[in-house]
Amino acid sequence: MSTQLLTYLFVGASFALYIGIAIWSRAGSTKDFYVAGGGVHPVVNGMATAADWMSAASFISMAGIISFMGRDGSVYLLGWTGGYVLLALLLAPYLRKFGRFTVPDFIGERYYSKTARIVAVICLIFVSFTYVAGQMRGVGIVFSRFLEVEVETGVIIGMAVVFMYAVLGGMKGITYTQVAQYCVLIFAYMVPAIFISIMITGNPIPQLGFGSEVADGSGLSVLEKLDGLLSDLGFGNYTEGSKSTIDVFAITAALMFGTAGLPHVLVRFFTVPKVSDARKSAGYALAFIAILYTTAPAVASFARLNLVDTVHNTSYEQAPQWFSNWENTGLVGWQDKNNDGLMQYSAGADNEVTIDRDIMVLANPEIADLPGWVIALVAAGGVAAALSTAAGLLLVISSSVSHDLLKQTLMPAITEKQELLFARIAAAVAVCIAGLFGIYPPAFVAQVVAFAFGLAAASLFPAILLGIFSKRVNKEGAIAGMLLGLVFTFSYIVYFKFVSPELNSAEHWWLGISPEGIGFIGMLLNIGVAFGVSRFYAPPPAEVQNLVDNIRIPSGAAIAQSH
Amino acid sequence: MSEQPYEHQSENPSPHDHNDQKTLSQKNAASYWQANLRLLAKLLAIWFALSFGCGILLVDWLDQFTFFGFKLGFWIAQQGAIYVFVALIFIYAWRIQIIERQYGVDDDAEDSSV
Repeated sequence: MSTQLLTYLFVGASFALYIGIAIWSRAGSTKDFYVAGGGVHPVVNGMATAADWMSAASFISMAGIISFMGRDGSVYLLGWTGGYVLLALLLAPYLRKFGRFTVPDFIGERYYSKTARIVAVICLIFVSFTYVAGQMRGVGIVFSRFLEVEVETGVIIGMAVVFMYAVLGGMKGITYTQVAQYCVLIFAYMVPAIFISIMITGNPIPQLGFGSEVADGSGLSVLEKLDGLLSDLGFGNYTEGSKSTIDVFAITAALMFGTAGLPHVLVRFFTVPKVSDARKSAGYALAFIAILYTTAPAVASFARLNLVDTVHNTSYEQAPQWFSNWENTGLVGWQDKNNDGLMQYSAGADNEVTIDRDIMVLANPEIADLPGWVIALVAAGGVAAALSTAAGLLLVISSSVSHDLLKQTLMPAITEKQELLFARIAAAVAVCIAGLFGIYPPAFVAQVVAFAFGLAAASLFPAILLGIFSKRVNKEGAIAGMLLGLVFTFSYIVYFKFVSPELNSAEHWWLGISPEGIGFIGMLLNIGVAFGVSRFYAPPPAEVQNLVDNIRIPSGAAIAQSH
Repeated sequence: MSEQPYEHQSENPSPHDHNDQKTLSQKNAASYWQANLRLLAKLLAIWFALSFGCGILLVDWLDQFTFFGFKLGFWIAQQGAIYVFVALIFIYAWRIQIIERQYGVDDDAEDSSV
């Protein structure tokens, strides 16, 4: 069978599976739709959270980014995993005890204010839409590269599938499809990684192969050889950083606190039966995520080593097979500047090879000489990663519209049935808008996806954290903090990315912190202002203080939720 | 990490066998919260020391040591910290449950198969 046919088969079979699960797990009530009925087992929720979390960026792009950033790539590894510690220790158990449906629910009730709820909805929609547009684009790109259909067709197929299970099944459908998607994506990631590790080091475990000697008799370890090769070509050493320490610190912090404040991740912890389950579930989620996140830096170093080894100074006629296979997609390219027929790869102006970072994962199966079904598997894995994240994001958008905006604010008289209908309509509308973003990506989308984290860190995270750990912060403080955090972070990013991109370099940044890391400062400002402003207004009323006392105690969560 | 002394259990018996339920359970709740904050402070100190401390601030200095073929700082930043993060969450889930039972605020009896 041809690789093309196998790819259709694998992706088609995985879609049939997701739709089958969606039909089996239709939502019958708003509780089903928003929190999957609240009875999801912690391991199942952990797996679903992992798929929810790991997007097309984690699956396709992250290893490639690290591959070209070397040690500086640690900001993503540390930032996107360390946030789960904050989530599990500081937020998830208390939100579960609170036990309602959405993140704005918590902010609205804890800060006894419809304004606070609306501000939270605005932050949530802002964060989630920037993120979801990138996912739909990712679906389209995977389709166009592996199935050779137009990006537009790919996006429409992806939209149709997400529509089926997000709109029909709500959180319940999403939870069980995400479990299936996790299995598909982790298997698809690990198979080529293991074979590449064997090929380069002889060790089948990528995490160990990463530190082993290269199996070419040189006696050098992977990283020593890579450092040597790269510095010969004029690149920095792979194991040394080039970003300033303060910037690395700020970016890591923004990604960590942002991860802990992402609504589509937080809301997953509303679905487990009790508080102790929420903590364990966060642990399982991170363990499932760690399998991919500890493999990615290994794959990054193997792929870079292999690239330099097999491409540099090789004549074009003898280029490795994967190079020629991917050349027509534009992801790799060669221009013979000095007309010697050899491909020179270097950091200087004499570089003749262009490489897109995504190739590091996409071409892995071919680099390791794996059969066609592995390539098909990677395609199915990429689609699973993008769809699972898109569905989770669309759900929090639709529930914040139907629940927080309509039921709790504008139309309190609607019945549960009507609310459920509105939730489905909102999900459907959100799918269509996300699809449009995917087909006609506004120029800014690709650039701002990474900033969703900074915005979440600067707006939602502090409001939730202070709502649990302080009884003194009141509605005035929280609203001022969220607005300032959001506006400050947003303006800094817009200024350096869109207004004056020519000034976007270290000497112009405030405190030497790049727009990627500014969410950390936004978060500190938010916390400072929340405390400062709260001092000038009355403390929260007694019933809110009782609410805080109540969410701090784990017992009674299963009862609280059925109210 | 030191364990909560078990005497606390006798000082604060389970609220269910007492007449003055409310005051006792409130007192328990307050002591439970203090114990929780102490545990959080310890675990978050490890979290910070490892990720921001070893993985970022001290990474260059740690790189002079080798660890299973890696430079130590590099290994912590790209591998080690992630393993410890997973461990920290499970350690918290385990320790806090012991503390909860001590103060009678656990959710053990609640139905987990709703």
